[in-house]
Parts: sequence; structure tokens; C-alpha cells
Amino acid sequence: MIVLVYSENKNVGFELIAKAKDLSKDIIAVVIGEKNENIAKEYVTYGADKVIVVKTSLDSYKAEEYADIFKEIVSDVNADTILIGSDKNGKELASRLAGMLDAGCVIDAVKVYEKEGKLTAERVVYSGNAIAVEQFRQKPAIITIPSKVFDPLEQDDTRKGEIIKKDIEVKQSASKIINISETKSDGVNVEDAEIIVSCGRGFKNKDDIKYASELADVLKGKTVGCSRPIAADLKWLPDEHWIGLSGHKVKPQLYIAAGISGQIQHIAGMRDSGVVVAINKDPEALIFNSADYGIVGDLYSVLPKLTDALKKKMG
Amino acid sequence: MNIIVCAKQVVDISEMKIDASTNKPILTGLDKKVNEIDKNAVEEAIKIKDKHGGKITVVTVGEADAKERMKEMLAMGADEGIIITPHDNMDYASLTTILAKAINKIDAYDIVLCGEASTDMFSGQVGPRLAGILNIPQITYVQKIQAESDKITAERNIGDTIISMESTYPVLLTVTKEINEPRLPSLMQILAAANKPIQDWTLESLDVSVEPKIDSIDLQGISMERKNIIYKDDSDESIQKLVDNLAKDGVLR
Repeated sequence: MIVLVYSENKNVGFELIAKAKDLSKDIIAVVIGEKNENIAKEYVTYGADKVIVVKTSLDSYKAEEYADIFKEIVSDVNADTILIGSDKNGKELASRLAGMLDAGCVIDAVKVYEKEGKLTAERVVYSGNAIAVEQFRQKPAIITIPSKVFDPLEQDDTRKGEIIKKDIEVKQSASKIINISETKSDGVNVEDAEIIVSCGRGFKNKDDIKYASELADVLKGKTVGCSRPIAADLKWLPDEHWIGLSGHKVKPQLYIAAGISGQIQHIAGMRDSGVVVAINKDPEALIFNSADYGIVGDLYSVLPKLTDALKKKMG
Repeated sequence: MNIIVCAKQVVDISEMKIDASTNKPILTGLDKKVNEIDKNAVEEAIKIKDKHGGKITVVTVGEADAKERMKEMLAMGADEGIIITPHDNMDYASLTTILAKAINKIDAYDIVLCGEASTDMFSGQVGPRLAGILNIPQITYVQKIQAESDKITAERNIGDTIISMESTYPVLLTVTKEINEPRLPSLMQILAAANKPIQDWTLESLDVSVEPKIDSIDLQGISMERKNIIYKDDSDESIQKLVDNLAKDGVLR
């Protein structure tokens, strides 16, 4: 089985290489653009035996053009399986490629294995309430995998691999990029956080988020998360803080949800947390069903009290 | 401007339960609704039509009961609905092959709009897959659209970056929930929608045969076992109990 591996994010690339090696001996990582040749070398140290560096005049990603590049590589190397990093560009690229190749595609797989000789992938569906087990009937099989699902191999500078340069020119897309801007970022990474205090619609003002940060500071977590309305609608916090189905998926040891009602889309993002504490003034709030501990009360009184009590406890 | 919106009927998963004996989700008897993000696509189509005129056709692959949901989208302001009856065992390859065939059968189109994903499966495959089959540009995860007579500009939100893209027609866009607030149709609009055409198409009438590339071999429920210790008040005593419990659980360090 020939497995192609590609991700815009090299760290995810390392993780996919590890998974690909688990599936097959014959794996090829793909890097697009000669300026990324150093990444190809890194891929070798993380276990890629072969890396294709695509020489192209394209200077940035566009789904149409990248899908055309991959179509050519897939047919060139006769790839059976294509693993792609599951960021938003990765998902749209994988899906478009699948449409062009009339191939099966599984998005956001959390397990990939062979069962009865067939490639099988599992993904979470129904807002985190079920796992669908999907089995490919034929090749090529396209699978996208989110970051941190698989561990990379240990980096080893003595590993040897072949770096193959390949000229691919594709038709220019009818679309063009006219501007790229960063969304406001304060460098927070909720996905790696061990303790998260998260805020929802129960917060009345942007400034009040300080009550959540103060609690997070005492817990030495320092990480504040939020539900969809706070990030997407009110924009009180940048998207990095957004936890949920379309935001980030987190698994801290302790998750404190303050003023969050507990819509299933939010639960989908935090269900893997260790201990969950919910603070909500509505005793019927759905979040209590997904909590280990709950306090029915106004977050404006509970958060300062809890912060004080924890300060005393932790010295 | 001819706009095609692809919409899906989904079950209301907020009511979904897991069968304790089989550990499978119970999907029968759940209410059905229009995938919420598809309503954002319909709303955006209406806004574009308000500016440029034209026609909005909504296409769905769904069972006969999808008609109720279709009427809702016609009441919002779409002009015509097409419901295609599926076969069993539909994977994304089959679904998008059928949709592409249907879209090509509808009059010349300028824009295909889809929701970024459906709330039940949340794959987000349909839009970009379709664009690949139709061989047209795609702009996904769009939070803002500006349609002009000869080109469209759209902002993609891919998390840490916002990318403004421009494309000629035809083009396919997938929209996010943030793009707009879908309108609630008035009673007059609901009544008027009864006269709008809904066509029933079949795979036979579309002359399309499909073979799935993927079999769904199992669906396992995930049960979430939590302690559910809820303090009914926010007294100092309750707070202290919570803190002690957290310490016992070893999460305070």
C-alpha cells in the first residue's frame, strides 16, 4: 500500500508520517514549493523514507490548484491512501480531490486501521455523541486527520530518506487571493492547556472576562476558553479561545464552564476533559448534565468566591 | 443571477439518546429540521438575489418528508425546490455525484451555495467535493460575500487567518453560521410558499447510477459518564465542598 502524506502544518505532518508508517512500509510525504525543502529534510528525520518536493510557480495555497497537483501525484505514484492534515484548508483540499477522483473520503478521522483487509477509519459524529466506523471499498482512499490525534516518532537525525524534486505545473484557478489578514491572536493554545476556565453567554460585558482569567491564574492554568457566542458573535475573545465543534477540541485535566449553557456543539469540544465543573444560574442548564460538579448560582458571585477559596486551598 | 443552494434535512440531535443495551444512538422518532447552516446559505442567496435579481433553486437529496423542510426554505424566499429521492447506502461520493448531475440539469447557474457542514455529520465534504466534480472554483468557510455582476469577493475564515478571495462565475461557496442571521418567514410568506414549485426527481429520471466508495459499517454511541454532583446554591459552604472535591480529584496543583 502506497501512502501519501501531506499537511500545511509540518508538526501535523510528523504525526501523519508516524500513522502512515503504522499502515504501510511504502510512504511518501509531500511538500509543495522548493522554499519548503528544509521541511522535506525534517520529514526524513521523523521517519519519511521518501519525500516529494513539488517545484511549482504557485506561491500560495488555493484548493483548485493544489487539488490538481495532488491528482497528478496520486496517479504518478499510484497512491492507495492519502492522509491529509485536517485543518480547514486540508479538509477542503481532501474533499475536492475526492470529488475529482470519485474517491471515498473520511474527514477528521480519529482512528485509522485495516480490518478484514480493508482500510477503515473512525470519526466522531452527531456532535460527539457517536462514532461512525467507515470502511473503504476501493482505492484511492482519502483521509484527513486532526492535529494531536497521533504521536510523531522521535526525531532521529541519522534517518536516511530520498528527496525527489518534481516539476508540476497546473492550470491557474479562476479565483484569486486579494488579501490575507491574521485574526487577532494572543498566542493562547487551548488544545494543549491542562486547565481551562471557559466563558459563555452568562458574561454580560467583555471586561467581565477578567473574572474567568483571575480564576485561571489562581489555578496556574492561565488559559481562558469560550463558547461560540463569545468568539464568533460578540468577538470578545479571538477564535483561538473558542471551544466547540467548529472551534477547538480540548482535553484539559480540569475544565470550568462559567455561564455556558451547554449546547451540544460546545460539549463536542470539551467532552474529553478530565474533571468538568459547571457554573450557571439556570438549574436546568444542559451543561450540568456534562459536569462532574456544578454550582447553581450567578457567575458574578461564584467566580470571585471560588477564586478566593482556591487561593486559600492552594496557599 | 441564478443561484443553487444545496440543503440537507437533519435529525435534531439535541434530542438524541443512546440505547443503553446496544450502545447505539436512537435515531428514529427524532424531529427533523433544515440543517441550520444551510439556512444561512439560503439567506445569503436571497440577499444576492435582492441585489441582482435572478432565481434561487434549492436542491436536496432526501426522503419524502424533506418536503416540509423545503417549504420552509421556499417561504424564506427561494423560488423553487428539487427533492431527489436517494437510494439506501449513500456515501459522499454518491451524494455529490447525484447533486452534480442535478445541478447540471438545472439552467445555467452562477453560484452554488452550501453550508460549511451539516450539524449531524459535520464533515464539510459536500461543497468542495461538488466543486471538484463541477470543475469550478471553490471558496469555503465564508463569513462575508460581496457579489458583483461579473465577479464575487468572499472572506474565508480559516481560524487564524482571514483570506479574501475573488472569483469569476460560476463559483461554489460554503458559508459559516456567522455570515448572517437567517430570516423567519412571515405567515404571508409561508402561505405564499405553498404555490411555489417543488419538483421530485429520482436517480432514474436523472439517469445517474452510483456505487458507494465507502460503507458505514458501524455506529457506536459514546456515553458520557459524569459524577453530576450539583450544589444547588452558591453558599461559601458549597464552594468549599467543590474546592475540597477538586483537591481530592488531584486537579489542583
